[in-house]
Amino acid sequence: MKKLLLALATTTAVIGFAAAAGAQEKAKICFVYVGSKTDGGWTQAHDIGRQQVEKELGDKVETQFLENVPEGPDAERAIERLARSGCGLIFTTSFGFMDATVKIAQKFPDVKFEHATGYKTAPNVATYNSRFYEGRYIQGQIAAKMSQKGVAGYIASFPIPEVVMGINSFVIGARSVNPDFKIKVVWANTWFDPGKEADAAKALIDQGVDILTQHTDTTAPMQVAAERGIKAFGQASDMIAAGPQTQLTAIVDTWGAYYVKRAQAFLDGKWETTSSWDGLKDGILTMAPYTNMPDDVKAMAEATEAKIKSGELKPFTGPLNKQDGAAWLKEGESSDDATLLGMNFYVEGVDDKLPQ
Amino acid sequence: MGIVEAILLSVITAATPLVLAAAGELVAERSGVLNLGVEGMMIMGAVCAFAATQLSGSPYIGVLAGIAAGALFSLLFGFLTLTLVANQVATGLALTLLGLGVSGMLGESFLGMQGIKLQPIAIPLLSQVPFVGPLLFRQDAIFYLSIAIVAGIHWFLFRTRSGLKLRAVGDSHGSAHALGVDVIRTRYLAVLFGGACAGLAGAQLSLVYTPQWVENMSAGRGWIALALVVFASWRPWRVVAGGYLFGAVSISQLHAQAFGIGIPSQFLSSLPYVATIVVLILISHNRRMTLINTPASLGKPFVPDR
Repeated sequence: MKKLLLALATTTAVIGFAAAAGAQEKAKICFVYVGSKTDGGWTQAHDIGRQQVEKELGDKVETQFLENVPEGPDAERAIERLARSGCGLIFTTSFGFMDATVKIAQKFPDVKFEHATGYKTAPNVATYNSRFYEGRYIQGQIAAKMSQKGVAGYIASFPIPEVVMGINSFVIGARSVNPDFKIKVVWANTWFDPGKEADAAKALIDQGVDILTQHTDTTAPMQVAAERGIKAFGQASDMIAAGPQTQLTAIVDTWGAYYVKRAQAFLDGKWETTSSWDGLKDGILTMAPYTNMPDDVKAMAEATEAKIKSGELKPFTGPLNKQDGAAWLKEGESSDDATLLGMNFYVEGVDDKLPQ
Repeated sequence: MGIVEAILLSVITAATPLVLAAAGELVAERSGVLNLGVEGMMIMGAVCAFAATQLSGSPYIGVLAGIAAGALFSLLFGFLTLTLVANQVATGLALTLLGLGVSGMLGESFLGMQGIKLQPIAIPLLSQVPFVGPLLFRQDAIFYLSIAIVAGIHWFLFRTRSGLKLRAVGDSHGSAHALGVDVIRTRYLAVLFGGACAGLAGAQLSLVYTPQWVENMSAGRGWIALALVVFASWRPWRVVAGGYLFGAVSISQLHAQAFGIGIPSQFLSSLPYVATIVVLILISHNRRMTLINTPASLGKPFVPDR
């Protein structure tokens, strides 16, 4: 009923505006979230981006969002509802919304869509992603410097390319500092289960790792690391509050600048479909302050970050072998993006069997 | 600390909320009420325990708040199913959904706050015993309570007159009613007890297991607790065995992965469930024993005037 009233009100408003010649209509920018906007991680980062759009573009835009939208058929309905309610530009912020986005986009050719972390585009569907792996390379280097035992623990979620890419990048970074560095990987098979993530962290620490990194969503592993007195890296947002003496740094998702840029292009009528994959240099991810480490390690991390930003250093650059020792990249050769986005193999040095 | 000891410590933390919630549900089911709202009561307990701890500064106040929240929430279930005779399955499911929603709302202002952990209490002398001491006698109050509750339930159900009446209500509410037992009152008390235990399990999650509040942090543990009751064939000590078996398999599979034994992680993750099914098959081959323990009136509504 509320929705209906809202729709009626909008329609009336549009007619009203049309009557008053020259009055400008606000552009409506909409967001679909897979989680809660206060999840302290992935979705919250997107919502901060949405708020930035509101702040920077002021009264030229109006934003709207739907949270806790499950991936699957429900997503289609949610996206369609937004498209019908007059959204001009819709961001769908989870990998699992890919097919739903493309399908609804065919129905609404005049509405623009942007899908996060996917690979299917259309004339009115753009994709955008972030090179999280650049941050993981830096983390790997820090881990290799900070670890006494030369073994880090890695709590992974699901064996999808994004996660495998992160593990590889971490290991390549670590072995650029200490060629004998090892990691132990535990697959939690969930993005979100504080208890299980904590159990995985305990298991890894009990087996002797003294640095912890995670690709799951809650701060539980950070808490366990703090309790056991080892160091750890945060994920998706700055987790320093969960481990003031524990967090070395964190990869922080900062989508705001991208959202503002695309919304502005939309307002100017210059929006075009793109496949954007920005990195540290574009500010789509940032590193949380380097803390709890000696100055020389911090200096190294900052130097690496600067080199990645300038393009001097690309984490996936040869000579690199695959896990079984087969050659992958030659000296000086860098991996193309397509290989990274479909990554289904480990590089040399990962001491784990990739679940297929 | 040896690796075995470390694993066992993690197992105890993982199993305690399951044992608590399942023990409470067992009493409700023994009285003939099937409450599928365990997950909802648990998450309400978790959020209220966390909030009360933050506001008062004492995790013990938090524990009490968790118990109270679970019990109060179960009262809603009791009113709907016992007084208004609504369908138990549908009401239980609704309770779970409601609990997940309401807890998210209540907990919004507590997100990202640093939790206060319920500290272990070392029991004098016993905690000095090698191996067993640190494992069993240097634990938090909720662990001690969980064992005491199970022992209490066993004693109550099988050694007291009230327990006998409760079982009679669960087996044949008509006969119990004819004998003068107040069926509705008995069931209300059983449901309340179940809610309190689920609330305490929730408090364990947000004060001991992972001292923080995040939405949906129970992550399905209420459903596992429900399965454990069947697994235990409604016998209290078997709930402990089942809970610890489940916890042990879940923790060992993580260790197996970290150790790098090269078995696919998806398979390892499914092991706790596979183990549950195997034991269920082993138990159910003795059909007569199963039938004796199953409350015959389970899930059936009771209208006294009929």
